[in-house]
Formats: sequence, structure tokens, C-alpha cells
Amino acid sequence: MQASDRFNINSQLEHLQAKYVGTGHADLTRFEWAVNIQRDSYASYVGHYPMLAYFAIAENESIGRERYNFMQKMLLPCGLPPEREDD
Amino acid sequence: MDDEIQKTQEERKKMEQQLASMNTVTFDTEFYSSNKFEGYEKSIPVNDDDDTFDTENEVARKMASFTAPKQFFKEVPRGAGEEDEPSGFNKPSKIIDREDDYRRRRLNRVISPERNDPFLDKTPGPEVRTYADVMREEALKRQKEELMKEIAKKKKEEQEKAADKKEEVEKPAQKRRNRWDQSQDEGGAKKAKAGSDWDQPDSTPGIGRWDATPTPGRVGDATPSVKKNRWDETPTPGRVADSDATPAGGATPGATPAGMSWDATPKLAGLATPTPKRQRSRWDETPATMGSTTPMSGATPAAAYTPGVTPVGGVELATPTPGAINLRGPVTPEQYNLMRWEKDIEERNRPLTDEELDTMFPQEGYKILDPPASYVPIRTPARKLLATPTPIGTPLYSIPEENRGQQFDVPKEMPGGLPFMKPEDYQYFGSLLNEEDEEELSPDEQKERKIMKLLLKVKNGTPPQRKTALRQLTDKAREFGAGPLFNRILPLLMQPTLEDQERHLLVKVIDRVLYKLDELVRPYVHKILVVIEPLLIDEDYYARVEGREIISNLSKAAGLATMIAAMRPDIDNIDEYVRNTTARAFSVVASALGIPALLPFLKAVCQSKKSWQARHTGIKIVQQIAILIGCAVLPHLRSLVEIIEHGLNDENQKVRTITALSLAALAEAAAPYGIESFDSVLKPLWKGIRSHRGKVLAAFLKAIGFIIPLMDAVYASYYTKEVMVVLIREFQSPDEEMKKIVLKVVKQCVSTEGVEPDYIRQDILPEFFRNFWVRRMALDRRNYKQLVETTVEIANKVGVADIVGRIVEDLKDESEPYRRMVMETIEKVVANLGASDIDSRLEELLIDGILYAFQEQTSDDANVMLNGFGAVVNALGQRVKPYLPQICGTIKWRLNNKSAKVRQQAADLISRIAVVMKQCGEEQLMGHLGVVLYEYLGEEYPEVLGSILGALKAIVNVIGMTKMTPPIKDLLPRLTPILKNRHEKVQENCIDLVGRIADRGAEFVPAREWMRICFELLEMLKAHKKGIRRATVNTFGYIAKAIGPQDVLATLLNNLKVQERQNRVCTTVAIAIVAETCSPFTVLPALMNEYRVPELNVQNGVLKSLSFLFEYIGEMGKDYIYAVTPLLEDALMDRDLVHRQTAASAVKHMALGVAGLGCEDALVHLLNYVWPNIFETSPHVINAVMEAIEGMRVALGAAVVLNYCLQGLFHPARKVREVYWKIYNSLYIGAQDALVASYPILEDDENNVYSRPELNMFI
Repeated sequence: MQASDRFNINSQLEHLQAKYVGTGHADLTRFEWAVNIQRDSYASYVGHYPMLAYFAIAENESIGRERYNFMQKMLLPCGLPPEREDD
Repeated sequence: MDDEIQKTQEERKKMEQQLASMNTVTFDTEFYSSNKFEGYEKSIPVNDDDDTFDTENEVARKMASFTAPKQFFKEVPRGAGEEDEPSGFNKPSKIIDREDDYRRRRLNRVISPERNDPFLDKTPGPEVRTYADVMREEALKRQKEELMKEIAKKKKEEQEKAADKKEEVEKPAQKRRNRWDQSQDEGGAKKAKAGSDWDQPDSTPGIGRWDATPTPGRVGDATPSVKKNRWDETPTPGRVADSDATPAGGATPGATPAGMSWDATPKLAGLATPTPKRQRSRWDETPATMGSTTPMSGATPAAAYTPGVTPVGGVELATPTPGAINLRGPVTPEQYNLMRWEKDIEERNRPLTDEELDTMFPQEGYKILDPPASYVPIRTPARKLLATPTPIGTPLYSIPEENRGQQFDVPKEMPGGLPFMKPEDYQYFGSLLNEEDEEELSPDEQKERKIMKLLLKVKNGTPPQRKTALRQLTDKAREFGAGPLFNRILPLLMQPTLEDQERHLLVKVIDRVLYKLDELVRPYVHKILVVIEPLLIDEDYYARVEGREIISNLSKAAGLATMIAAMRPDIDNIDEYVRNTTARAFSVVASALGIPALLPFLKAVCQSKKSWQARHTGIKIVQQIAILIGCAVLPHLRSLVEIIEHGLNDENQKVRTITALSLAALAEAAAPYGIESFDSVLKPLWKGIRSHRGKVLAAFLKAIGFIIPLMDAVYASYYTKEVMVVLIREFQSPDEEMKKIVLKVVKQCVSTEGVEPDYIRQDILPEFFRNFWVRRMALDRRNYKQLVETTVEIANKVGVADIVGRIVEDLKDESEPYRRMVMETIEKVVANLGASDIDSRLEELLIDGILYAFQEQTSDDANVMLNGFGAVVNALGQRVKPYLPQICGTIKWRLNNKSAKVRQQAADLISRIAVVMKQCGEEQLMGHLGVVLYEYLGEEYPEVLGSILGALKAIVNVIGMTKMTPPIKDLLPRLTPILKNRHEKVQENCIDLVGRIADRGAEFVPAREWMRICFELLEMLKAHKKGIRRATVNTFGYIAKAIGPQDVLATLLNNLKVQERQNRVCTTVAIAIVAETCSPFTVLPALMNEYRVPELNVQNGVLKSLSFLFEYIGEMGKDYIYAVTPLLEDALMDRDLVHRQTAASAVKHMALGVAGLGCEDALVHLLNYVWPNIFETSPHVINAVMEAIEGMRVALGAAVVLNYCLQGLFHPARKVREVYWKIYNSLYIGAQDALVASYPILEDDENNVYSRPELNMFI
């Protein structure tokens, strides 16, 4: 980055973006991105009641149970993170 | 709305429809509503009320008026000059120049040596000052002080005795002298009183002189009392004469307190006008050396007063180079300033030579006269000495040693890239100039040198230098250590020639360093406070805020215990100044560390038995806390009141006063809550107002005034009646402060709920008007304001008729300020309450009085008379009808007045009363006034011309286009040249008037005239004032609508070729407006055709117009998107960056406008052209591109853009990834939820689950 655009609006934009949890950056790994995707998805399912209802019918579970399951899955949605290969 | 306007508008509508039907070949009602302009504002409202009527079509009103994009309004201004910008022309101001004597007392304080930090785990050595030491010193000082007072008293008594004896011997002469002394003293006291603040009752220098009898040496030097001087020197008649003959003393830089005229040396000015008084005084004979002039330098040689002094300094006076200063050793900055000033004056006032006179005057027509025979040049010794300042012959002269290193008026180049050093700085930074080898210095010295360098850079350096230096100081603060740092910084802050900016920077350094040093500052707390406390009473708001910030940081760093230990000795300091600033500093500490933490200490201080000063300061701290933190005192209100309540019965009068004032401050801060906390003080307060007189009474009344509004209605009414007796008695008080307070209290009492109008009418009004509504009250600004406010408040209770009836006669009073006060009151009362209470008799008196006052005014800068006139006429409404001819006669008469102000005022009055004239049905009269105003359009004063245009506008607004005289077709051509006028007021009024005509009466004027106006308007789009630019844009729209787009467009397109960028920007806006008003299809073909001109400016102009155009037309853009796509394709592939940038912003507006309207195919096509630009680095281009992509997200949906994104998120090249992630992030923030459905499918691997099976579920 040049000295001149350290203070312009674009860098501010990036700074602003970095404040949100789900945003990414050039060094994001596949795993990290996938975790974000999963969590966003679950959050979306929980947030849209009709979706929950749909899943509940499909899985023959109660809506509350579905919601609970989704919330639980948000904890480690993709399993443990892979070993970081040192570079 | 007028009938004819409606009619013409209907005609216009018909014409538009015809126009549309001519094009019906391609006209498709599915896409076009039958009239695209429905919902557009068709006329400019007369005032803001108009547009509240028609709210039925709110949806269509989205674009209620033509407007330009915000960035245009922001962008256009600012040609080159910018008179309003604080340029480098105003000289940096020295703090000391604007300080009064009281504030200047800060310079008397000594930066105390550091103190022991009791929190360290070691016993202090004998050389370290502990708290006990400091307290002991203070006690000693107090004793000394008392002793001095005693001595002074004795001496005075003796002197009086002696004087009495003498008086008997030589009565007449002595009597004169006495009067001199007296008047001088009186003058001093009066001045002090005027400048004093009531809230700090003992801050008057007069009292201060008592409090702080100068300790021998220091204080005495700086605040020499007249008394002391008289003792030191035996007065000679010559001196008395001289003391009034050198008024220059007051005007010199580094002005000294009034008393200083004694030992201030005769300035050159004084010499130039030799006073022919009786005896030549010694002053004239000895041009004193510079050294003796300053009150500050500790080394003021007393010898300077003696006649034997020789003008040694005279030689150096001519060459005050920094080198010379170094040579001579300690020269204080003031001395230097004085020298610089005198040198300057001398240079300007030197006699002109014959050659110079020859060059000044023409060769012919002038004759050189011989001096008259009787002329004898003045040959006073003093003059001679000044005229020939050769040192030969004067006794004590010695040949100065030659100094090779001397610099002649050229500031020495600073070694090592240090910034320029001002002469004043040599004292502090001089050692930096010694070019010693840094290696040889001891580490401590090196450190010191480093600090000095950094400080100099902060103080005098360029911004980048300053920034790095500040950062280094902050980073290395702990390494440098608190001692070396503060020992360098704090003396700089005490420098008398400090400027605001410099102080700000140094204070900033302290602030930064404080953070880093934290508890290490403890030994230096008092030092810092000495320097920072004066900021708390600075007149500059920002300085006060800065001071507060530092002290609050300091108290957080050092902790409460250290702060109290540092300030405790100052609480009963003998100097009132010190106590005052300490109280304020304490209040800041309280707000920083919380009031509860400070309460026990405050309680102890307020009950101090030892000295009344301590109690006084303690109570004052409470007052300052209330002022500083406002309603946040509420939780602690009861304890604060309890702490100070005993002060109401204190034996010392000052303590009683400050207690009452503190209660007032607390009540003010707590309002409208917390009355229960004041229960305990009500009784003493009420007792107090019956037993006290004067200042104390005033303070008590003030407290009651603030407490009453907190009470319930019943109690308030009761207590008001109680206090009113005293108030009414004090109505007659001659004391100004008392008057102000009484007025304030009356206002507060009257405005509380429980007070009945009848009571006010019977018990208060008669006395109130008898004592306060007198001419003298109008002379003082503060009295004036307070009286008006109070009277208005009373009127709110008792009604208009009572108040106006009482003062209406005074409109004819012979004193103008008084009339103005009456007028202002009437205006406010009538504006608040209307005029329905006013009966016909009063009405007659009122109009009569107002006319008289209006005509008799000689100066009215605040427009009081004008506003009053307008308010009354508008309040009376139709009842003014009988008086209108008379009023108009006055106006006409005054329009013809010689004075520009009067003319302007008359014109302004017309615009105020135009609406009422219409209500009264005086249209003929208005027409007549219109003609008169028309005749005055040749007015040369822009302010007046602006007002005349405003008056014309007001008339046109109310009587309509057709009835207007002179007819519009005559009026408008007369306005066209006025549009050229650059004066803001003229421009604004003129464009409003023209816009109004263009809107409602365009058909009265030939098209050619409108074209001419269009050209003028282009220039006006550059106006500085936003209102003017907006009105211009509106007017453009109206004109284009009136005369059709073709001609206007042709000129505008031609205008794109001009060189000036601003002009082109204005033109593009105008084009877009025309397109919007006359629908885009009338403009687009010509515009797109213009893009073929192979000229950068023109093409960019076209693109910019397109961008604005699509921004304005919004949804309408869906019909044109296919038409312009090829053009945009071309532009987005152009080599020129600006092409691509502007095209991208056009795409953005287009995409946002047509979102959801089924133009996805074209948009995807355009996105393909926009996308390759994402790697641009120029900030404007990349911004435009990113915004275009954002626009696409809105129009096409997040999924489409995500698909574009995916290709680069994990690209092997980091640079690529960075850009793509940036796009992804803004996409994600904009449409997080929408992305869930369109993320790519990721396959699981052996350890992790990436798939999202839920999305595959299917019922």
C-alpha cells in the first residue's frame, strides 16, 4: 500500500469491513471461509421461521429441536480446524 | 393560488400534452405515464407553510424539486481566494496580549521544586520536599504576609499623620496632589469593579491587592501598588505631571498594569511630544536603558530610576541581533520585543530625506520654502542623545570586544535541521547552538539536549517535524524520565511571549507524556498544576477544555491522594488568584475521580477552623463542581449541600457570599429536581435576606432565585411573596450587580407556576416599572438584556395589554437606546402572545409610537426597530389597514434617504409587511410601491439593492404576476444585468425573484430574454452559497420548461467545450436538469451525438451529464438504458481513466434506478465491461468502480456478483486475492443473508465437514 492511500476512503472501507465477523481477507484459509459459510447458513435458517418449519417437517422434528440443533452446530460447524502447516 | 396562474399552468399542460402527442409514433403509455411531470413541484412556494397543504401524492413527490447531486453542491465552491478562510495573514496572537491583569498574575507563580512521592518505598532524603515541608512553608508565608500587612498599616498610619501635619503647613499644593492620588485610586477601583465577575466576588484586583500584599521582591515587582511606589520614591512635582503625560505606557507591548506608568520608561512617543509642562522631568533627560523597562526581569535595576544612568543600551539598540543578545547575556523576551518594536517605530518615524521627498512629490508645482526666521529647532538633551546615539563622550563606554561569530540580523542556520528559533527562544534553547561534540557530553546532558531538540521541533517545526518529534517524545517518555522532561517543558509554558498555538502544542506534549509516565509524575504534580491551572480561567474556550483534560488525566495518573497533597497547601494560599485556580482545578479532579471520593476531604476543608480562606476555597470548589458537571451533581446533591450549609452563618462575609453563590450554582445544576436537598438551607437563606445588605444580600437573593423554580407551585407562590418584599426594596438599589440579580430573581419567581397574575399586577408591576423602566437601564448592555427578558417573562403571566400599555408611551422617549429597549420588549411580547389583547386606543398609540421610533432612529445595527415594526404589523393583521397609507408614506420617504442604511431598512420593511398589506386589500398601494422600488433598481449599494430586490419579490409573491406593476415584461429585462452582480445578497434575492417569475409568469417574457438569462445563470451555478446554487438549478428547470429544451441545450452543449473545469461541471448539471424537466428523450440524442466529438473534455462532459441524468430520472432510466449502452461500452473501454470513472458512476446510477425493472440483460452486459477495472489503483476510479459493482448487487442480486467474485478469492496472486476479498466483503456486508443460498458447494474432506445437507432437503 502506498503512503498516499493509507488515509483515503478505500482504506477506511477496508477497516470498516474488518469489523464484521464474517468478512474475509487475502490470507483466509478454505477452512475458515467454510466455517463462516456454515455459521451464516445456520444463522439464516434460525432467523427465517418458514425455513425452520420446512426443515422440521422434512426431518420430522419439532421446530424448537431444529433450532436447538442448528445453534449447537454453529459451535464447531466443520469439525476441528486442520493442523496449521508452518510456513 | 391565483386564478391566472392556474390558467396559464393549464395551458402549459395542454401544450405539453400536444407536444407528447406529436411524438406518439413511439409513445407508449405503458411505459410513460400520461404526464411525467405530475408530482413534480410546479411552483416555488411563497413560504414554507405552502407545501404542507398538498400532501396527497407523497409517493410521486420523491423528486419534489429539481436538485443537483449532493457532491455537486459540495464540490462547486471555492475558487481561488477564499476570503473567509483564516489565511496566514492574521498574525499569531500572543496569549499575554489578551489577558487582563488578573489573569496575568499567573506569571507571579513559581514552578515549585518537585516533591516527595509518599508512595515510593523509601524515606525521603533531607533534600526532598515533603508535604510537611510545603505546609510549613505556606504557614511561614502566611505569617510573613500578616506581618507585612501589619507593617504596611502602621506605615500608612504614620504617613497619614505626617500628611496631616504637612497639609496644615502647605495646604493648597498638597490638596492638589491628594486629589491626584485620589482620582487615580478611584479610577483604578472603578475599573477593577467593571472587570470583575460577580461569581468570583473577591477576584477584583482591588481586593487582590489587599489579599496579596506583595512579598518583597517578586510579587512587588509585578504588581506594584501605587502606594509602594510612593514610598520608594519621593514624589516631585515633575513626576506627577509626567504620570499623566505618558499615556503611551498603556499602549506599549507587554503593557504593564496601570500603576506601572510610574516606572515604565518614557517611550519614544512620549518624547516626540515633549510636554510643555512646567518643569522638564527627569524622564526626558535619560533615555533609559532597555534593562530598566521591564517589570518582569528579576533584575530590574533600581538604578535605572536615578538620573545618573547613561544610555549604554542605546548602541545595541540599533542592532538587536540574536548574536548581540547572546553576548549581553540575559535579555528577557519582553525586552527583546520592546527593542524590536522601538526599532520598527524609529524606522518608520525617521525624518524624510530630501531625495525621498523629491521622489514623493511631483517636480513642478512645489517650492522648497525656507524655514521661518523665528523657527528654532527643539534641542532637548534627550533628543540629542537619541538623534546621535554615538557612544563617544558618554562616560561608561567601553569598546566592545570584537565577536567573529556575530550575526547581523540574519538568523543563524540551525545545526542538524532544527527549526527556526525565535529570539525569545534563545533563553531556553540557546545551548543547542553551542556546537559541542555530543560524544563528549555526559549521558544526562545528552538526554537533555535530545529533549530540547524535540521540544523545539514541536514548538517551531513544520507539521511533519512536529509530528515525529511528538511521537518520539511520547515513545521515549519513560526513558527520558519525568524530571528532565518537565523541567524543560514547564518553563516554556511560563514564557511570557507564548502564542496560542505554541501553548496548545506544548500542552499536547504534556498530555501525551502523562499517559506514558503514569505514576512517575507524582513528584511533579504541583509543578504541572502551576502551569496548567491558568488555562482553566483562560477566556478561550478551547484552552479551558484543554486545561480540564490535562488536569483530569493528571489526576488519573497521579491518584487522588497525590492530587490532594499537591493542592492542599494552595487552598489557603494568601493569593486569591492561586485559591481561585486551585478551586477550579479541584472541581476537575472531582469530575475525573468522582465526587464521592472527594467528599470527605471537601467536608474537612469547608469546616476548617484555621483560616477562612480554606473554608472559602472549599465552598468554591463545590460551586465549581456544580458548574462543571451540571445535572450530574444530583446523586450527591444532599451531601454537597450539607457540606457547605454552615457557611451561610459563617463569621466571614466572603464565606457567606460564596456559600450562597454555591447554593445558587447547585440549584441551577439540579433544576428542576432536588428541592428536598435544599430544605436545610431555606431557613438560613430566608433569615439571611432579612439581615444582610449589599453583596451578601445579592448572593443570597441569587440563591433563592435559583431555588424557587425547583419548588412545588404552592411553596413557590408562598416563598415568592416572602422574598418579594425584599426584592421590591432592592429595586431601588443603585448597585449594578444588585440590579442584575434582582431582575434575574424576579424573572425566576414570576415564571414559576404558583404565582398569580393578579399578585404580579398589583404588587410587583408598579414598583418594577417605576424603578427599572428608566433610561439609565438601556445604557448597559447586560442590564438591557436582563430587563427585556424579565419584562417578557412578566408579560407571559399578565398579558400583553398590561405591559405594552405601560411602556408604549416611552416609544416617544427622547433617549434612543431607551426607545430601542422599549421596542425590543414590545416586539418580543407581541410575537409571543399576539395582539388580540390590544384595544383600539392602545393600537393607535402603538402604531404612532412605532412610527415615531422608526423614523427617529439614527442607528440600528441589530435591526431592533425593523423587527419590532414587522412583528407588530404582522400581529395586528387587518387592523393595520387605516394606518397603511401613513406607513407607506414613511417608507417611500425613507427609500429616498441619503443614508444607505435607511434605504435598506425601508426596503426590508416592505418585505416584512407585504403579506399584511395583501390581507388588508391594499393591492393598489402595493403596485405603487412596486413601481417605486423598480425605479430604485439602479441602487449602487449592494446591500440596499439586495433588500430592494427582496421587497420586489415579496410584492410579486403576494399580488401575483398579472397584477404586478411594473408589468413583468418590463421588470425582468431590468433584472438580467443585475444577475451579473457578484454580491451574495443581491445574487440570492435576484435569483429568487427571477426563478419566481420563470415559474409563474414565464409567458410574459420573450424567449430570447430567457435565453439571455440562461447564460447568466450558468455563472451563478458557481456561487459560494448553497441556497443560491439551489435556486439557480431550480430556475434552470423552470426556464427550460417554459421555452423548450432545444435552444437551451444547444448553448449548453457548446459550453462543454470551454476550458474552465468549474464551468463545465455547472454545464453538465444544467444539461441534466433540462433533461429531467423536459424528459430525457428531448436531450439524449443531441447529447449522445456530442460524444462523437473527439475531444476529451466534451466526452467527459457528456458522460458526466449522463451520470447526473440517470441519477435524477431514476426509474425513468429503464427506457433509455438500451439506448446509451453502446456509448457506455465505448467509454468503459477507453484508455482514459476519467472516461472509465465517469462511465462507471453513470452505470451505478443507472443500475440503482432500474433495480427490479427487468433490465438485467443490459446490466450484466455492462458489468462485464466494468469488472476488468477492479484492479485500478487511482482512488477515484476504484471508488467509482466499486460503487458500480455495489449498484449491480442491488440490481442483479448478490448471487450474480458472487459468481464473478469466486474466481479470484483463492487466486494464487496475493494482489488479486486482496481485491477480490474486498469486493466479497462489501458484498457480504450488503447482502449477507442472500448469499447463503448461493455459496459454492464445498466437498467434505477426511477431517472436516463442509457440505450443507440442509439445503438439499426436499419434501
